[in-house]
Amino acid sequence: MLLDNEQIKQLRKQKEKHPMPEQDHKERIKNFNEVPFGYSAETAVKEAARCLQCKEAKCVEGCPVEVDIPAFIKLVMEEKFDEGIKKLKEKNNLPAVCGRVCPQESQCESFCVRGKKGQPVAIGRLERFLADYELAKGVETPPKPAPTGKRVAIVGSGPAGLTAAGDLARMGHEVVLFEAFHATGGVLRYGIPEFRLPKEKVLQREVNYIASLGVEIRTNVVIGKTITVDELFAEGFQAIFIGTGAGLPQFLGIPGENLNGVYSANEFLTRTNLMKAYLFPNWDTPIKLGKKVAVVGAGNVAMDSARTALRLGAEEVHIVYRRSDKEMPARAEEIEHAKEEGVVFNLLTNPIRIIADENGWVKGMECIKMELGEPDESGRARPVPMKGSEFVFDVETVVIAIGNSPNPLIPQTTSGLELGRKGTIKADEKGATSRKGVYAGGDIVTGAATVILAMGAGKVAARAIDSYLKTLV
Amino acid sequence: MFKIVTKKVLAEVSKLMEIEAPLVARKAKPGQFIILRVRENGERIPLTIADSNKEKGTITIIFQEVGKTTKELGTLEAGDYLNDFVGPLGKPMELPSASGRVIAVGGGVGIAPIYPKVKAFYEAGMEVISIIGARTAELLILEDEMRAVSKELHICTDDGTKGHHGFVSDILQTMLDDKSKKIDEIIAVGPLPMMRVVANQTRPYGVKTLVSLNPIMVDGTGMCGCCRVTVGGETKFSCVDGPVFDAHQVDFEELTRRSRMYLNEEKVALEKYEHECRCGGGNQCC
Ligand SMILES: Cc1cc2nc3c(=O)[nH]c(=O)nc-3n(C[C@H](O)[C@H](O)[C@H](O)COP(=O)(O)OP(=O)(O)OC[C@H]3O[C@@H](n4cnc5c(N)ncnc54)[C@H](O)[C@@H]3O)c2cc1C
Ligand SMILES: Cc1cc2nc3c(=O)[nH]c(=O)nc-3n(C[C@H](O)[C@H](O)[C@H](O)COP(=O)(O)OP(=O)(O)OC[C@H]3O[C@@H](n4cnc5c(N)ncnc54)[C@H](O)[C@@H]3O)c2cc1C
Ligand code: SF4
Ligand code: SF4
Ligand code: FES
Repeated sequence: MLLDNEQIKQLRKQKEKHPMPEQDHKERIKNFNEVPFGYSAETAVKEAARCLQCKEAKCVEGCPVEVDIPAFIKLVMEEKFDEGIKKLKEKNNLPAVCGRVCPQESQCESFCVRGKKGQPVAIGRLERFLADYELAKGVETPPKPAPTGKRVAIVGSGPAGLTAAGDLARMGHEVVLFEAFHATGGVLRYGIPEFRLPKEKVLQREVNYIASLGVEIRTNVVIGKTITVDELFAEGFQAIFIGTGAGLPQFLGIPGENLNGVYSANEFLTRTNLMKAYLFPNWDTPIKLGKKVAVVGAGNVAMDSARTALRLGAEEVHIVYRRSDKEMPARAEEIEHAKEEGVVFNLLTNPIRIIADENGWVKGMECIKMELGEPDESGRARPVPMKGSEFVFDVETVVIAIGNSPNPLIPQTTSGLELGRKGTIKADEKGATSRKGVYAGGDIVTGAATVILAMGAGKVAARAIDSYLKTLV
Repeated sequence: MFKIVTKKVLAEVSKLMEIEAPLVARKAKPGQFIILRVRENGERIPLTIADSNKEKGTITIIFQEVGKTTKELGTLEAGDYLNDFVGPLGKPMELPSASGRVIAVGGGVGIAPIYPKVKAFYEAGMEVISIIGARTAELLILEDEMRAVSKELHICTDDGTKGHHGFVSDILQTMLDDKSKKIDEIIAVGPLPMMRVVANQTRPYGVKTLVSLNPIMVDGTGMCGCCRVTVGGETKFSCVDGPVFDAHQVDFEELTRRSRMYLNEEKVALEKYEHECRCGGGNQCC
């Protein structure tokens, strides 16, 4: 045992989380390597000792997949890492991903009692520690259950689809996962950058784990185009889970948005992450960036775009956001990292026009200053333009990161699916849609949300699909 | 992995390949395209479905070698494999009334993508008059195939090495001026400048004119917006709303500008490719 009782007592008094070492900000903007290094075993054990092992652990309420947080943390403290990861994986199929990208400050950690006086237990970092420990060691595949003979198709390989697929395979069903792109992972692959979620080291191994559970993965299949939902049923699938995400980029609708040098965040990030444009010309897909870049929006997508632009060699990167810093939807850690790296925040600023040079390339963006007025329907203060405050940013590249809408392909090509107002697929709390045997979850149901909510939805739907399959003879 | 089952050299820089892709073949319709990736670190490039065979489970693509990816594709042989092949993407082309009279204009690279459309018109019982053109006779492809599905076939070359010495638009003009024969629809596929000329040429006559656009694409499923074009003042995504659009509504200037976005990078990629050693010795030889 590393810690004696006296040490544990001391650690329980420690107000701050143990810091996680990370790449220096001056260095890291020159590479795409992961920013935080993760805890060492020693630090993890010490951090675990800060957990009070509450009988009625509040933290669990903040986790959409109900990870037994005190139990896995206790195992870390006792240095029983193998048991710890097993405990974690009872509820969470993708711990190395969640430990990195969950907005813990608004989920599990926001409920932790230790957060009342000082900082909460670093649940996410401990989760990451265990997951990385296991990845380094080689992941163990649980024994295969007896086959049920039932077949399920999963559409989309984002966190919702991967989770549903993994869970259903563990219940003994035959699962085939269809993905439109040539690679799996959804936003985890094409959206979230390498420096936050390493693709080979972490994501691919998590996907390999799902495959090792018996899930057959078929990339390059666009459901709705290559095969329709009806045809999947005709081919003998008895239930279908749709996890196609919110991948339709929104634009501002201002003049100049189709100029050369204006990207949707989706295109900008897909070129960089999925197509590895940062390795051009060793990888074939290019990306084109000016010295000064403006990113419109202030969510995770905007932070990722801004930090990516820096790493691609931009000299100056601006976030342009029409509300104030309080309303910025990005994770605290991402905003912090972006600031450290030198991203300039222009708040209460709204673009009204993108300006072209004589060759049709972006040379500037005209903006107007905003002030906060009455709250709007979202409860946030409505930004109102200030007359006469227009000014021009000299930028050569503009990335629009103001949000994504649900992918319309499946709704357009599938009959009998009731849709929500913004193109979402309607599903009940168990993931059942209006069509028998068709379940849905993740961003396609909720609109753009989070990895863990998508995983939670995949998990709930897997349970519902299992019950449904049992009703079939 | 997707197997190349046959390969034919149509002209020095134009090649035809039949690819094994049964799921795509089952669904393919004229007007649609596929996206392929030659290798793991390759670019995703769109190519029109030139033909499909449900029984054999194959898709035919015809491409002109214009840059790195198409040149590399051209070096592959029957029996080789493509890393990725996805489709069919885009909207199928709508067929006009069965008795109609259609003029199909295919220029250079555009002859390949126009062929499946002409074939569909022909099979639907329409009267098709085709005009195909290229810079020089050597670049003319699919002449026999086009003739087999057209009532009339007109050939033009810029340098006069075959057929009419001049542009496809010259022949088209005589047809527009021939008031005795009604034209129900014109479809034009080719380099952007050609499609633009045809659009401007037919506009005053009020003849419905379609073009199949070829903007730069990434995913081909509506997720990136890279392929956006302005049509009738509205932004459209070519890969899901097209690629076939009303020629008179397309903002060709914007499209031309956008398709030149990566000229420098395309050059870099090609130069690197052409100077890379491919003797198999891992760059040790030179
Ligand atoms: C840049 C960026 C950064 C983010 N950062 C964070 C973060 O730090 N923390 C966090 O919690 N959340 C973050 N999010 C949000 C989070 O990634 C998403 O909420 C989550 O990925 C949604 O998961 P999903 O499974 O519903 O869909 P997606 O991840 O979108 O996956 C959907 C998959 O379905 C495929 N697909 C779509 N249509 C079809 C079809 N017709 N046939 C076959 N396949 C299809 C797509 O190609 C895709 O692979 C971020 C999002 C973005 C874009
Ligand atoms: C829907 C669609 C269908 C297409 N069908 C066919 C087809 O059936 N046969 C065929 O030969 N080509 C077709 N194209 C064009 C083809 O995709 C490009 O030629 C190819 O992407 C070039 O890649 P590269 O790396 O070889 O050349 P690059 O080095 O990327 O480009 C070389 C040059 O080719 C031109 N070019 C680049 N991209 C395109 C483009 N998307 N369209 C036209 N010219 C381009 C530019 O002038 C560029 O400078 C189609 C394009 C689209 C969007
Ligand atoms: S999955 Fe996310 S919310 Fe749940 S415990 Fe882990 S980090 Fe917290
Ligand atoms: S609420 Fe905090 S202290 Fe209590 S069990 Fe959860 S993590 Fe530990
Ligand atoms: S190619 Fe990405 S939206 Fe059309």
